[in-house]
Amino acid sequence: MEETLEKPVGNKKPKMTFESKGRTVYYQMQDRIFKYFALAATSLGLIVLVLLLYSVFENGFGRLDWDFITSLPSKRASKAGIYTAWTGTLWIMFLTTIIAFPIGVSAGIYLEEYSSRNRMANLIEINIANLAGVPSIIYGLLGLEVFARFLNLGASVLTGSLTLALLILPIIIVSTREAIKTVPYTLREASFALGASKWQTIWNQVLPASVPGIITGVILAISRAIGETAPLIVIGALTYVPFAPTSPMDEFTVMPIQIFNWVSRPQKAFAENAAAAIIVLLSITFVMNAIAVYLRHRSQKKVKW
Amino acid sequence: MKIEANNVRVSYGSEQVLKGITMSIKKNTVTAFIGPSGCGKSTFLRCFNRMNDLIETCKVEGEIMIDESDIYHPKVNINELRKSVGMVFQKPNPFPKSIFENVAYGLRINGVTNKKYIEEKVEWAIKQAALWDEVKDKLKKSAFALSGGQQQRLCIARALAVEPSILLMDEPASALDPISTTKIEELIYNLKASYTIIIVTHNMQQATRTSDKTAFFYMGDLIEYDDTRTLFTNPKKQKTQNYITGRFG
Repeated sequence: MEETLEKPVGNKKPKMTFESKGRTVYYQMQDRIFKYFALAATSLGLIVLVLLLYSVFENGFGRLDWDFITSLPSKRASKAGIYTAWTGTLWIMFLTTIIAFPIGVSAGIYLEEYSSRNRMANLIEINIANLAGVPSIIYGLLGLEVFARFLNLGASVLTGSLTLALLILPIIIVSTREAIKTVPYTLREASFALGASKWQTIWNQVLPASVPGIITGVILAISRAIGETAPLIVIGALTYVPFAPTSPMDEFTVMPIQIFNWVSRPQKAFAENAAAAIIVLLSITFVMNAIAVYLRHRSQKKVKW
Repeated sequence: MKIEANNVRVSYGSEQVLKGITMSIKKNTVTAFIGPSGCGKSTFLRCFNRMNDLIETCKVEGEIMIDESDIYHPKVNINELRKSVGMVFQKPNPFPKSIFENVAYGLRINGVTNKKYIEEKVEWAIKQAALWDEVKDKLKKSAFALSGGQQQRLCIARALAVEPSILLMDEPASALDPISTTKIEELIYNLKASYTIIIVTHNMQQATRTSDKTAFFYMGDLIEYDDTRTLFTNPKKQKTQNYITGRFG
């Protein structure tokens, strides 16, 4: 290192002590390269999405009208509609949520707050993580055996909802636990020190502080459920249902199955129908996400960090 | 005697952190626990409201009597105990709620629903904690909008609202600036008239300024316990002498 305190005098050039050298240049390069790499990765995802949306809208937007949404399915492409499909999807969404939400959240609370750290708890944890990775068609087979045949529920909305509820339970449990983990221990301590019981502490402190995270997890899980096709086909959901379900015991179809059915036909008119149905399915997902953002925002406002 | 501890031993798993502590504490006094980090003073403090029960591996033996009743008796309701033995923690830990709701929480979990009573009690508690003038116009604001020192006094108000007779303070001023510290110390002095206070502190000046009696802990043992003035001016044990003169710790 050279002495740097010397000041420039007269014509003397000031010394350059802090100019780039070796290692620093390398680290700064690294920094920049990673930045562009990350940018490229992000753009790639966005470009694919935009292309996909463009193609779907170009094919399907012209077909989309009120009749399409309110019509029953038909053999003639120009008369066919998605009424049974979207009512089926809403039924499935609603039932799956009211089945999976309380069970998943309660299981998450139990595992995080009540169960003791022993081998049994570890075993359960590993299994839940594994369940989240099981292919959805396996859940379909389980649903077929247990709900459709053994419990004799048939290919009903209820069977479909129970199957999908099983499918998304691990996701809800894991995200509930993650949300609860972010609540600082000092908050629980403060509550216990005032004489609050465990449940009072969970209900008044832990849950309000973790609601945004839990809701996000639940909505993501439901979004996954409404996109599922395979398990519902396995339990026997039909591709052609001439009526909309009016009770949990009715037969049903859902949007992805309807889309799958139309896409697999050779006529171009059906491909247009499929594209239009995709737009509707995307809109449902979009509305769901909007609701999630709103609920998150509202619950965050209640918790005054 | 307000509190009597008899041969209290505490262990985490196989590690014994308190090796048989016996001491008694008079009503309406301030007692300071001093000693180097890891000496067991905080663990001992947490025996009095059984906060140690929250740690699965923690085992407490011996006997602690508060108002002549054994607080580790199987019939003791732990939530009732904690209502009469309040606690203030090292880092201010207000709830992510409004200032008002922070103080009202202890009443609400007790099933109090009378709005007027809660309002009166909250005002009383905040006044006790010498915070009223600073927050009376913003009770609906988040507790996190307050400064660290104000948050700590809010936590004290929160503890007082359930009307405990004992107040445990675990290094209540260690995260605060000197001015806030002074306010907390003045507060401790004023609260002595109505509460029995135990304060854990790393700050020996704080112990001399606030407490009537001081207990010096070292490696899980109670080395010396005496009037604060005596302990700091004329300690009987060499270890105490070494610690208060800053030779270790």
